[in-house]
Amino acid sequence: MPIEIEHVTYDYMPGTPSQVRALDDVCMTIRDGEFLGLIGPTGSGKSTLIQHLNGLLVPTSGRVLIDGLDTRAKGTDLRKLRQKVGLVFQYPEEQVFEETVFEDIAFGPKNLGVLGEEIEARVREAIALVGLPESLLQRSPFELSGGQLRRVALAGVLAMRPEVLVLDEPTAGLDPLGKREILGHIRRLHERGLTVVMVSHNMEDVAKLADRLVVLDHGRIVLDGTPREVFSHGELLESIGLDIPDVTKMMKELRKRGWPVRTDVLTLEEAYEEISGYLAGTKVGGPR
Amino acid sequence: MNEENRAVVAETLVHTYGPDESSGVTALAGVDLEIKQGEFVCIIGPNGSGKSTLARHFNALLLPTSGRVLVFGMDTKDERNLWEIRRTAGMVFQNPDNQMVATVVEEDVAFGPENLGIKPEEIRQRVSDALKAVGMEDFSRASPHFLSGGQKQRVAIAGILAMMPSVIVLDEPTAMLDPRGRREVMETLSRLNKEKGITVVHITHHMDEAVHADRVIVMYEGKAVLSGSPAEVFSQTEDLSKWGLDVPFVERLGDMLRKSGYEVSRSALTVEEMVDELCRLRSST
Amino acid sequence: MIRGVIIGQYYPVRSTVHSMDPRAKILIATIFMVILFMGNNFYCFLAMGLFAVIAVLLSKVPWHVVVRTVRPMLFILIFTLALHLFLTPGPVLVRVGPITATWSGLVQGLFIGTRLVILIMFTSLLTLTTSPVELTDGLEDVLRPFSRLGVPHHELAMMMTIALRFIPTLLEEAERIMKAQMARGADFQSGNMLRRARNLAPLLVPLFVSAFRRADELALAMEARCYRGGEGRTRMKKLEMHRADYVGILLVLLASIVVVYLRIKFGPVIQGTV
Repeated sequence: MPIEIEHVTYDYMPGTPSQVRALDDVCMTIRDGEFLGLIGPTGSGKSTLIQHLNGLLVPTSGRVLIDGLDTRAKGTDLRKLRQKVGLVFQYPEEQVFEETVFEDIAFGPKNLGVLGEEIEARVREAIALVGLPESLLQRSPFELSGGQLRRVALAGVLAMRPEVLVLDEPTAGLDPLGKREILGHIRRLHERGLTVVMVSHNMEDVAKLADRLVVLDHGRIVLDGTPREVFSHGELLESIGLDIPDVTKMMKELRKRGWPVRTDVLTLEEAYEEISGYLAGTKVGGPR
Repeated sequence: MNEENRAVVAETLVHTYGPDESSGVTALAGVDLEIKQGEFVCIIGPNGSGKSTLARHFNALLLPTSGRVLVFGMDTKDERNLWEIRRTAGMVFQNPDNQMVATVVEEDVAFGPENLGIKPEEIRQRVSDALKAVGMEDFSRASPHFLSGGQKQRVAIAGILAMMPSVIVLDEPTAMLDPRGRREVMETLSRLNKEKGITVVHITHHMDEAVHADRVIVMYEGKAVLSGSPAEVFSQTEDLSKWGLDVPFVERLGDMLRKSGYEVSRSALTVEEMVDELCRLRSST
Repeated sequence: MIRGVIIGQYYPVRSTVHSMDPRAKILIATIFMVILFMGNNFYCFLAMGLFAVIAVLLSKVPWHVVVRTVRPMLFILIFTLALHLFLTPGPVLVRVGPITATWSGLVQGLFIGTRLVILIMFTSLLTLTTSPVELTDGLEDVLRPFSRLGVPHHELAMMMTIALRFIPTLLEEAERIMKAQMARGADFQSGNMLRRARNLAPLLVPLFVSAFRRADELALAMEARCYRGGEGRTRMKKLEMHRADYVGILLVLLASIVVVYLRIKFGPVIQGTV
């Protein structure tokens, strides 16, 4: 189920003095099974863009086609689209409201008209997908830790069985362990066949997970390609206020100092290979 | 070390939440530490390790269940010291929105000094100095609602500065910020520490923010389990991952190289330092 | 959608009225209200209406903006008029079936209606020309003398400030939560009133939880910044009265003398009322 974004422009408060153009002629296609990282500084239009992916916002001009359906067309069933494209907002734990974890995860499927045993099955499936024990289901969500609550909120979207999962800064505010856990679950969901769109300003995270990166600045797409391609434009990324991963930064710096190393490395291991390979080759300071 | 040099001291500090010591939850299980005047200390540790509870003892928002906390020699348990302790050790919190009181930036910065009963003319002077110190002087009449996260945190820091503190304690001030906001806050803190000699106690999840600190303290399960220079602390890679903490990329690379027999110095913690170190290694023989 | 809501109705232009001390404006508005209720005939209202018109002209707030402030009260106005028209005994004006409208009812309805319109327009002028922040500062000062009577002037002002500070934040949050629930298939638009009200739970529960958490954190942050109530507290900003303020107060006092004179001279418009 591809999502096609065709020349989408979006203005907040159009026709008023405080009109702001949040998206400016954005064109892209989200392909089936892709893991897309969406990056850009605050105010670049990332959040506005992802709200177009399930019809929460509709373009001021241009159009968004989800599985061929135009989100702006009259006959389009937006609720159906929202089932197919699950959107997880930033700090999703803030949306939790039911008395038990079970009820809260069941909220989405119930809204879709799912009934009885099917709900039960979906809730159990969803909580397993985020790696939480079923014993939590009867607890009050307000007794859980921040990291657990975020996973409950994620389960609440997964229980609708979406085909595309869109996440806005899923690791914001978590400690390193919580961060690693939630990223692990997202990676596994992708491996199970879900299309994933992840907004993040943590370059290190997206570099490891995504197979495609789209960089936004001032509502426009400035880069679109594999992580290696995108990070090779270090100067551009830094000029729009983004950090490039330390690995890339270091390889670029070494290159500048005359080391014949590759600069498109993304992981620690690759960097180690390059550096130790070169050091061993020059036979200086090497192992004795 | 004489008494005046010690900004904050915790002695076998225990803190239990709940009705009493036996049935409550122990957040701090006997913490001993000392923070020197002028030091830039980072406290790291996973969620639930007691970092925030510890921070709240430094400004008498919480009082010890047992043990004691001294702020410039003042015991936090002594009620007479309360306001002087809170003035001396200012506190910045995680959520930039939930610590601004006023609808105009300069009035928010004035809130602290107003509470202290400072004369209006002096408050004005302090507010303008404090906003300048954090680089927010152009926003004095702005509404906090329209500032970015990083700008809001800088205003929060200015609000503390206007009380003329000796220590600033920051409880995960960067957790909700984007990279640019984090950079702004970190640069502000390091400038205040270097230029004004303000003691900084910075609690964070971001290990890369800790590499520039004078000292790093690791909290785990209510105890200060490790304390030392960033190089010393980050060299304990195994312990750190056991505690659920990230080791910065540069340190991990250094570790791998050292394991292969290259003599990479442990003091190289930033990308720049590591590049220098590698170049030195290349030309050393 | 929610973002469009404007807090208060401050109309930012430069004028004599805008630059007046908020305390003076609050005082003038209060005196004005008192004499408005002392007025017992249309001559009194004519004088007061004139005073209000001059004030609006000086404030440079366009007329349509001032008139707009009456609109939300239109229902109450019509209701009041109808109530008096049909329920006051007196000479019959029209009779439709069992309902009778009376002459005295018409006069009394118009009288009360006029009073309300002048009242709304003049008090709106206060909020149109005074920013919420100034208004709060002014109120704190004006109420200070009443603190001996147990009026918590500082606490009231602090509450107003915090409310003003957090209303935009909470509105934004409401919008975000609403969208998050819509992403889970929630429906806030369809169904009858009862259904819609029940459907608000997914919005209101998280909003309250968050508001309470914010309140907790804010209280802690305030305590950390040495807040201990109004006692011993100073203010950075000092309000200062200028010539325009004194002139304004003088004018409203003059107006009250005129109204008292008119009240005595012409007597009540309706016999038996005050």
